[in-house]
Amino acid sequence: MKRVQFEHSAVPYLFIAPQILIISIFFLWPAVQALYQSFLLEDAFGMSSQFVWFRNFEDVLTSSSWTRSAIFTVVFSVLVSVLSIAISLFLAVRADEVIRGAKSYKTLLMWGYAIAPPVAGLLGIMMFNPLMGDLYKAFNSFGFEFNHIENANDAAFIVILIAVWKQVSVNFIFFLSGLQGIPKSVQEAATLDCKSPERRFWTITFPLLAPTTFFLLVINLTYAFFETFGIIDVSTKGAPGGSTATLVYKVYVDGFLGADMGGSAAQSVLLMIMVSVLTVFQFRFIERKVHY
Amino acid sequence: MFRKTLMAAAAVFAIGNTAQAATEITWWHAMDGALGDVVNQITEDFNASQDEYKLVSINKGGYEDTMTAGIAAFRAKNQPNIIQIFDAGAATIINAKGAVKPVQDLLEANNVNFDINDYIPGVRYFYADSDGKMIGMPFNSSTPLLYYNKEALDKAGVDVPKTWQEFEAAAPKLKEAGYTALAQSHSPWIFFENFMSRHNLQMATANNGYDSTDVEILYNNDALKDHWQHVKDWKDAGYYGYYGRAWGANQDAFVQQQVAMWIGSSGSFGGLRKSAQFDFGASTLPYWEGTGDAPKSTFIGGAALFAFSGHDAAQDAGVAEFFKFLTKPETQYYWHKETGYVPITNAAYELAKEDGYYKESPDAEVGITQLSEEGGEWTKGYRLGFYVQIREVIYREVDKIMNGEETVDAAFATIEEEANGLLKRFNDTYSN
Repeated sequence: MKRVQFEHSAVPYLFIAPQILIISIFFLWPAVQALYQSFLLEDAFGMSSQFVWFRNFEDVLTSSSWTRSAIFTVVFSVLVSVLSIAISLFLAVRADEVIRGAKSYKTLLMWGYAIAPPVAGLLGIMMFNPLMGDLYKAFNSFGFEFNHIENANDAAFIVILIAVWKQVSVNFIFFLSGLQGIPKSVQEAATLDCKSPERRFWTITFPLLAPTTFFLLVINLTYAFFETFGIIDVSTKGAPGGSTATLVYKVYVDGFLGADMGGSAAQSVLLMIMVSVLTVFQFRFIERKVHY
Repeated sequence: MFRKTLMAAAAVFAIGNTAQAATEITWWHAMDGALGDVVNQITEDFNASQDEYKLVSINKGGYEDTMTAGIAAFRAKNQPNIIQIFDAGAATIINAKGAVKPVQDLLEANNVNFDINDYIPGVRYFYADSDGKMIGMPFNSSTPLLYYNKEALDKAGVDVPKTWQEFEAAAPKLKEAGYTALAQSHSPWIFFENFMSRHNLQMATANNGYDSTDVEILYNNDALKDHWQHVKDWKDAGYYGYYGRAWGANQDAFVQQQVAMWIGSSGSFGGLRKSAQFDFGASTLPYWEGTGDAPKSTFIGGAALFAFSGHDAAQDAGVAEFFKFLTKPETQYYWHKETGYVPITNAAYELAKEDGYYKESPDAEVGITQLSEEGGEWTKGYRLGFYVQIREVIYREVDKIMNGEETVDAAFATIEEEANGLLKRFNDTYSN
């Protein structure tokens, strides 16, 4: 018996080899490169470079614009994740209850998934264009003095609105399949025991959806940190006053537009550390409360 | 049958042979849309004009995308022969020692006649080194101009302001007539860089950055701060419209006739002619009477063509041949007429005049006249590292001045501090 097991032990490694290879090429290798680059001052064309230890990190951490951007990123990511999870959960529960025309409702709610972030950003910013945007006009006709060109909170509102809108459909799909995975017998038993649908939701349905919610929390935070870049680039470009620039957007501005290799590498290393810490935290402390 | 096949094969072979004989050179550029079509036409014309070289031009997106693509390609040793780099990125490529071959050397080595004085004054030294040797070939060059809605100005009964003093007198009348008097589309370029040039004020130490990368910015000065205090006051009084940092948003306000005057680029002319449903004119960039020794000529904006190093002599000869073609008066005149960018040589300007182009559209001449105005010590240009990020700092601080988050003094102190920090980083990166 033992001998047979021993002979087969190479097979699992073989199976995961392609995945490991992909991760190494597209994640590990660039990450090591970024780490190395973050200790260098190098001209854009790679004609000369010098090793400067932590100079780049010092420059980044002492700049007020980086701090401002870091704070915005945290607030933005938490708001986007919480709001898009809450809204999509609500929609999924509602859509799950629909009997007639359920398919078309679901399809319509999933549509947004097919839209690329920059396109979502463009749609959003056009609706808020001061000269012709319908939402801009509507908001101001209600008496809000809405002006995202000058007001940082208004600009943040637009970016969050677009990011949430774009993400709701993704979350919706997961929640809906999660809901449909809850056995009918459990739901029926719960209906016999408890009359209040609200209580049934919080005591039976939501705990059973916990694995889905946890999974979505992780991917939504990643989405808010990284993928919203496209939305910000086409909508506000970080304006006004750098108030809506997330950390990823700053990496892009300094690295791609400004050709400051070391500085933007240091920023991406810091970002990598932040996201790693956050993920470890999520898995250690939040996942404990999740029952599969 | 056999003979026919043989002949066909021979013919194919012959065609293949001539195609092989032509040396291929590649040009990465940032001109898309209508501008891209003009670039393609110039490429075709060049290829038709001779059979020794075959030029392939590829659009790589916007200015930043093109520069990033060029950097990545150079690092992978796969660089094109020619790359278009915009004004704010010029320091990055010129200071990376050995990345490019100076255009002047390239032309002289290939026996193309070169005299820097053939180029119009505003363009001549912008992409040159401190000794006046031309490094990048100026390509699409524009300069900020004031566009005005003729009907709006008539309604308010005011003339086109030549100076900001005249503007201040006209603005209330325009407001009464129902217009915001002014907007502009590029704060760093129009109200910082060209403000310095127009008033002949020094923009940075070390000869505006041409002499060294060890340089400090001189934006934190009373003349410029005073100007921005005025802009803020105009905005609060309803004379100045601030539609954010996006170029198009400010231009749209003019096109939709909310704003009576708009400062854009001389290259905006063609686009406005298509989009504006009213009669408009172009005039020179206003200046403060009595500040510095205004009026002096403005800087150019736009981009230049650089010849990457690391190619063989035959290809470099092709690049020289193309630059020779590009600077011919006929090519420049065509480019000027189709795009609104200024012609870069005196000969091309003369040709446009002789052809009567400015009689039929006098506004097209305003840009080049402004660039040909008397120059001063500080009007030939600037060469500052990480200038793209410095512009970002300016955009950011202008937002804060406009929304009242910061005073003009505080914003300029921040601009000075952060810009000098960036310049120091650039110096530490590039000086050894």
